[in-house]
Amino acid sequence: MAMTRVHVDPTAARSGLFNCHGCSLLVRRPSVVGRVHVRCPRCGALLHLRKPNSIARTWALLIAATIFYIPANLLPVTITTYLGSTQPDTIMSGVIFFMQTGSWGIALIIFVASIVVPIAKLIALGGLLLSVQRRSRWRPEERTRLYRITELVGRWSMLDVFVVTVLVALVRLGYLTTIEAGPGVVYFAAVVVISMIAAMTFDPRLIWDALEKNDESPAH
Amino acid sequence: MTQTLIACHECDLLHRVQPLPKKSKARCRRCGALLYVHFPKTIDRSLALAITGLVLLVIANIYPFLSLESQGTVLETTLITGTIILSQQSMAGVAILVLLTSMLIPCILLGALVYVLWPMKLGHRLPANRRAFRLALTLRPWSMTEIFLLGILVSVVKLSKMATIIPGTALFSFLALVFVLAAVNTFLVPITIWEKMDEWR
Repeated sequence: MAMTRVHVDPTAARSGLFNCHGCSLLVRRPSVVGRVHVRCPRCGALLHLRKPNSIARTWALLIAATIFYIPANLLPVTITTYLGSTQPDTIMSGVIFFMQTGSWGIALIIFVASIVVPIAKLIALGGLLLSVQRRSRWRPEERTRLYRITELVGRWSMLDVFVVTVLVALVRLGYLTTIEAGPGVVYFAAVVVISMIAAMTFDPRLIWDALEKNDESPAH
Repeated sequence: MTQTLIACHECDLLHRVQPLPKKSKARCRRCGALLYVHFPKTIDRSLALAITGLVLLVIANIYPFLSLESQGTVLETTLITGTIILSQQSMAGVAILVLLTSMLIPCILLGALVYVLWPMKLGHRLPANRRAFRLALTLRPWSMTEIFLLGILVSVVKLSKMATIIPGTALFSFLALVFVLAAVNTFLVPITIWEKMDEWR
């Protein structure tokens, strides 16, 4: 009975090489691997075959970001005071304000940056984590691309934090109208930062490790 | 010492490094991630841009940024006014985050590049230059000047009904800084710089 030949792509891990995340130098892995940390001889970064504890760390950060996402949307991000009356605004009511005043483009930009991107990012990272944990072999190229986009667009969610900053700087005490930052902006900023770190701790190479036939998935 | 093999950072596949035509990119054969680029004169161009960026950053901090005219009075703000006001409203965490992403991190990033590249061009090297360069690379996603600029645009549209917003010198300088930082990201080829550092060993 003929054995089916499995084509194995040569990877750095299979070849016993560390791919330095700092400077892309390939460093031969020492034959005796204890719990000693190996540093890159060129740039000094700690070397790993895979990002350490990638799945657990990404899950932890992802859950934290998801929890913070709730107060980020329910609490006001700005509190506008006009002639003694105060009006709290959440992210969504800010979007509605722009729609009502006819600034559809701006409404769309904020809606995408503050609502669509964070939710899509949380779902995408969660899905990627589940697929890696189940050692899925489904469309690795597309999943890697999804990860790449997730990592790239996440920072644009900072938009609303900057909008609040500029608004409070420009509309201050002494005028008829005052805008103050609301507690929602703290949670929203936390969501953006934590989910950016979550995307950084996820290791897309885990997607491809599942495709290797005789489960030699490298430990970090 | 030029590296002959390179591994994809997104799927770990090994590739042989091949000479590329100018301004072209090598992508991973398996997952399509960017492997390396060839940009000529990366040291000269990145250094020139980094120095320009630092000058623009200074200008952006000295001159008025945005002014708001309402009922005959003009309120002038500078780049860090937002940070100051936020910290006064007990939002210190957000204030620090804004200060870092819109000003300090771009400043450290450009400063680290000048620290590494200027001596490199003159054939010297300063202590901890590798660490400084690694810091600059790590900070790249946290420099958010372009997002801050979009935030200004959104705020100006929001306030356009109630007041007149007058752009200041610093705003134009900041706008130029956004383009300079984008150009640094394009022209800077980290592998070339690392290999240049290897020549000293």
